[in-house]
Amino acid sequence: MPEESTSQLAVRVKGVTKAFGSGDTRTVALKGVDFDVRLGELMMVVGQSGCGKTTLLSVVAGTLLFDEGEIEVFGSKLHSMKQGAITEFRKRNIGFIFQQFNLIPTLTVKENVSVPMLIGGMRRREAEKAAAEALARVGLGDKLNARPSMLSGGQQQRVAIARALVHEPRLIICDEPTSALDSETGHKIMDLLHDVARSPERCVIIVTHDNRVFHYADRIAEMEDGRVRRVTAGNHDSNAAVPTQA
Amino acid sequence: MYHIALRMLLGDKAKYIMLVSGLTFAALLMSQQCSVFFGIMSWTTSHMRNMRASIWVVDPKVEQINEVKPLRDTDINRVRTVPGVAYAAPLYTGLLQARLADGSFKQIQMVGLDAGTMVGRPSRIIEGHLEDLRLPNTVLVDTDSIKKLSTGRRKPLGVGDVFEINDREARIIGICIADKSFTGAPYVFATYDQALRYAPPTRKMLSFVIAEPVAGMTARQVADQIHQETGLRAFTEDEFFWSTIWWYIRNTGIPISFGTTIILGLVVGIAVSGQTFYSFVLENTRHLAALKAMGASTWLLSRMLLLQAFTVGFIGYGIGIGLASLCGFMFLRKGQPPFIMPYQLPLATFGLIVLICTFAALIGIRRVAKLEAAIVFRA
Repeated sequence: MPEESTSQLAVRVKGVTKAFGSGDTRTVALKGVDFDVRLGELMMVVGQSGCGKTTLLSVVAGTLLFDEGEIEVFGSKLHSMKQGAITEFRKRNIGFIFQQFNLIPTLTVKENVSVPMLIGGMRRREAEKAAAEALARVGLGDKLNARPSMLSGGQQQRVAIARALVHEPRLIICDEPTSALDSETGHKIMDLLHDVARSPERCVIIVTHDNRVFHYADRIAEMEDGRVRRVTAGNHDSNAAVPTQA
Repeated sequence: MYHIALRMLLGDKAKYIMLVSGLTFAALLMSQQCSVFFGIMSWTTSHMRNMRASIWVVDPKVEQINEVKPLRDTDINRVRTVPGVAYAAPLYTGLLQARLADGSFKQIQMVGLDAGTMVGRPSRIIEGHLEDLRLPNTVLVDTDSIKKLSTGRRKPLGVGDVFEINDREARIIGICIADKSFTGAPYVFATYDQALRYAPPTRKMLSFVIAEPVAGMTARQVADQIHQETGLRAFTEDEFFWSTIWWYIRNTGIPISFGTTIILGLVVGIAVSGQTFYSFVLENTRHLAALKAMGASTWLLSRMLLLQAFTVGFIGYGIGIGLASLCGFMFLRKGQPPFIMPYQLPLATFGLIVLICTFAALIGIRRVAKLEAAIVFRA
């Protein structure tokens, strides 16, 4: 991990709790999570199903309100911001990559990628120009007018990456980005995300089950029963899995 | 983002067609049925348009123009003596039977006009001269009579041709254009005395007294005066029109029948478009949640949903009104059913379609407002 990028915190999570339901059906998904991510870092969050990975990702992204604790992203305190301000913050600072890509099937690839720019208020022509450039960067410059259904799974995930990056957010949130892909395509996608995380102004958080890609992580946060049990440094020289079960 | 909203809508062809069809159906049903209803209502008052008069004097129990309770012959002179009456004339109306060339019979709407003044005469005479009505056994017929009474003839009836009314000769001296009567019977005009000769005799034959006020007095004032002096009921033209319309609304099943269909159109429109739009929003929940996660506010997503709802609404409205107009065009060429589409009707239909679309959009907006962006991370 580059020396200069370890000094600044991009994300700071302190004592965050989140429960769903009430009474007998109350389930505590996060039980006082402490966690941080540095600038220029690719952080993986791993753990068994139901351990709270996705909930943690959701609260860090500001898409889910939490009950207690503090979350600070690039100095902005999400715990003291109103919903409208959080939405505005997400629009400017966060890019999303989803497990099922979540590309709108009736739009072309270029239109899909232009969506974050349009949400940001950019004009259609300029947004599509930026989208075309982002697609060229992920090697899909020749698929601008294709529909998502005409692309392979790997190509669709690259479109999703272009969409996540097009407005140059500082935090990229990825939810199982390789789980729907074969091994070779998964590695290509991870290479791309690894390159994205190299920027000193940016960081990437990946929630994954996929132990084939653990070695791309700069650090790995292992979750268990709603808590981060330990954070270990990644091993870029090996593609061996860390001892966390999928 | 608006073109994205439209692309999402148009991309789901099945739902798009369903939504447009539902709203087309609603717009068509509401506007077409209302037009036919207005047409039928206008037929009920066609006497008033074919025989214009400022004041209509009738028996005290009469409520509408198609209900005739004859007056005494002397009532005409009683009306004439009322201060404020410029002139008053007798008018006969009745359904009689005409014999056609092939031996069959058709009902006709006989109108007997005062021979001296010809007050109540049709305004649009397209052939012949009204004055010739003073000749014996003569009638003036409307264009509908030409169509209906020409059955069994080699060529249609025209000026100079003869047919029979109640076994009496009737020679056509002119042709006019008249609004259709409520019963569908074509109008045949004669002088008052001639009409009484065609009609089966009864004790009283005077259907109406029609009158005009003197200059400086309103029809309402003179009508009041006539009522006070004679005890007869006197309507102004406008009052008689609305009294007739309300009589049909109160005493016939016409408004309930049409009203049911019109409400059905509205309900079906709301149900189909509301349900389809909601299911469209449900199917796009993940995409909408993704947009929300990417920073789209509820207000932006609501505007997108409103645009989608109003797009299908306006397209459905356009097609629906177009089809209703086409129906009207075909009905008017055929002559029935009656069809009147005043400009207020498309406006009102537009208002209802906007209401339906707003309702459909609000269902979606409610869903979007409650939508948690975090669901996009759930499997």
